[in-house]
Amino acid sequence: MDLFEYQARDLFAKHGVPVLAGEVIDTPEAAREITERLGGKSVVKAQVKVGGRGKAGGVKLAATPDEAVARSTDILGMDIKGHTVHKVMIAETAPEIVEEYYVSFLLDRTNRTFLSIASVEGGMEIEEVAVTRPEAVAKTPIDANEGVTPEVARRIVADAKFPAEVADKVADILVTLWKTFVAEDALLVEVNPLAKVASGDVIALDGKVSLDENAEFRQPSHEELQDKASANPLEAAAKEKGLNYVKLDGEVGIIGNGAGLVMSTLDVVAYAGENHGGVKPANFLDIGGGASAAVMANGLEIILGDPDVKSVFVNVFGGITACDEVANGIVQALQLLKDKGEEVTKPLVVRLDGNNAELGRKILSDANHPLVQRVDTMDGAADKAAELAAAK
Amino acid sequence: MAIFLNKDSKVIVQGMTGATGMKHTKLMLADGTNIVGGVNPRKAGTSVDVDGTEIPVFGTVAEAIEKTGANVSVLFVPPAFAKAAVVEAIDAEIPLAVVITEGIAVHDSAAFYAYAVEKGNKTRIIGPNCPGLITPGQSNAGIIPGDITKPGRIGLVSKSGTLTYQMMYELRDIGFSSAVGIGGDPVIGTTHIDALAAFEADPDTDLIVMIGEIGGDAEERAADFIKANVKKPVVGYVAGFTAPEGKTMGHAGAIVSGSSGTAAAKKEALEAAGVKVGKTPTETAKLAREILGG
Repeated sequence: MDLFEYQARDLFAKHGVPVLAGEVIDTPEAAREITERLGGKSVVKAQVKVGGRGKAGGVKLAATPDEAVARSTDILGMDIKGHTVHKVMIAETAPEIVEEYYVSFLLDRTNRTFLSIASVEGGMEIEEVAVTRPEAVAKTPIDANEGVTPEVARRIVADAKFPAEVADKVADILVTLWKTFVAEDALLVEVNPLAKVASGDVIALDGKVSLDENAEFRQPSHEELQDKASANPLEAAAKEKGLNYVKLDGEVGIIGNGAGLVMSTLDVVAYAGENHGGVKPANFLDIGGGASAAVMANGLEIILGDPDVKSVFVNVFGGITACDEVANGIVQALQLLKDKGEEVTKPLVVRLDGNNAELGRKILSDANHPLVQRVDTMDGAADKAAELAAAK
Repeated sequence: MAIFLNKDSKVIVQGMTGATGMKHTKLMLADGTNIVGGVNPRKAGTSVDVDGTEIPVFGTVAEAIEKTGANVSVLFVPPAFAKAAVVEAIDAEIPLAVVITEGIAVHDSAAFYAYAVEKGNKTRIIGPNCPGLITPGQSNAGIIPGDITKPGRIGLVSKSGTLTYQMMYELRDIGFSSAVGIGGDPVIGTTHIDALAAFEADPDTDLIVMIGEIGGDAEERAADFIKANVKKPVVGYVAGFTAPEGKTMGHAGAIVSGSSGTAAAKKEALEAAGVKVGKTPTETAKLAREILGG
């Protein structure tokens, strides 16, 4: 889960990384009182999870409280690279910046460890610096169990060639930033720019944090960091039901078991769609390894509630999941929707293989629902589902 | 022969007495797995009757090894306790730990992987978030259904559980030497390369099927490895061509960001290494069949 800048700022502050004061608002008028408290001037910063907001006009200085309200009015509702601005942060204006650095900790999948990236050439896209001037970017592997001790921090500072007068301050910040990374179960903590200001202080002016959703069991406070306002309503409804669902922009609704098989199903449907007017998968939905009838019913309800869906492909390989359970789930879900008065009008193509496949297929045949067709190969079923979506 | 697991493997189950652990202990036993014990400190000294087989419960992995000579542990321990359980297995120097548990925080898996390395790599970790591995007809350590296929001469390595089952099903008439589900998490113990090297050295494997998916660069590195080290034919499949960037599709590892890690890049890298890559699982199975002359 990627966080907004203000959320990253709050987490940094909580763990002792020096940041500027700032508060988030969603109505322009609220900017006045905050700006007054900040001494009469502020920076209005759009809160969007995309880079380049400054260039897009999403960051403005306000010299008076009135101006802060005016700039907030301009920026709230603005579209930045397809992201609507729902919130702005009213931040303390930065003291005069002398130098801009870059520091981050992240997961290094390739080496199955953590990595520190540091550069004295911050402020711009670090990817660009890494390409044009690789010698200006210091990458240091971090042992997951040792972590960033003061010694490790000093090594990073030396590797990245930070100037002597900020070395101790940057090393201290690295230790607190690592604390943030570990304590919050983050996959990424990044400060860019980390600024040296005229007073000689070093401050995190902007940051990115990405959190590990697998750690939610021990991070109860992370739930409130979720961006419910921008979430797709279908995705939000699915999450509420504990379903692993991602909305896509096609017409064929997909339900399967196991992330790999469902991803593969999306591909197979997209290929089949090439022969049927270019129809594409409408979603990713993984009902999991041991899916019960109830889970299938929940999934089907979400998919059938998507107005973009024209046909549905249920692709299940019964490993742990028994196909008779899945078949019962489909039959029960259709009945449930009928009882609710939500008449199902979209055709379903079902492919069942593996554990108890014969039993599952028989349940579907016996139910004899006019909208449900059985096709017993994955490629054949994908083709049928694409054909039905194209015909609608 | 086969890789990592055979009829002589003595298997213990950490988390055996939980509902999931018990369900799969029964299934593993039914597949012929030599399960010699369970581990649960609170039930140490007792035993559990699993469909007529009396399985002793030990307090620690070390004790289980000492009493039974166990050399494989399968873990069904919930995410919150998984790190401690894997560390215990590493401390006991069990040669193979198969971590089935889904939903382990990355900071925990990075920590136990680093710990295994620090302790001299005496414990091979498979997973986490994986279906485990099976050597059909000999032993099953994990949750792969034992009745999909029979012993044969294809080796399979896959990030995805259900795609493993699908591929075993497609090629069920030919059969498999071993099938290894390495898991789709960002940090995993055994990689495609480890399994490829083992299959290359295994006299009972004639052809290797490798299944990957979007995210990371494991497939690209596997392609380099194949080019330099693998003489046996390899057939590949990559899932996730239509996955949009920046979206997590179930496996925490299966997230595409930026240009590297896409399915297209992986397919290209594998083909450049001489691997035949299928567009769909069925087509991939067909490619394997053609090479084996069936």
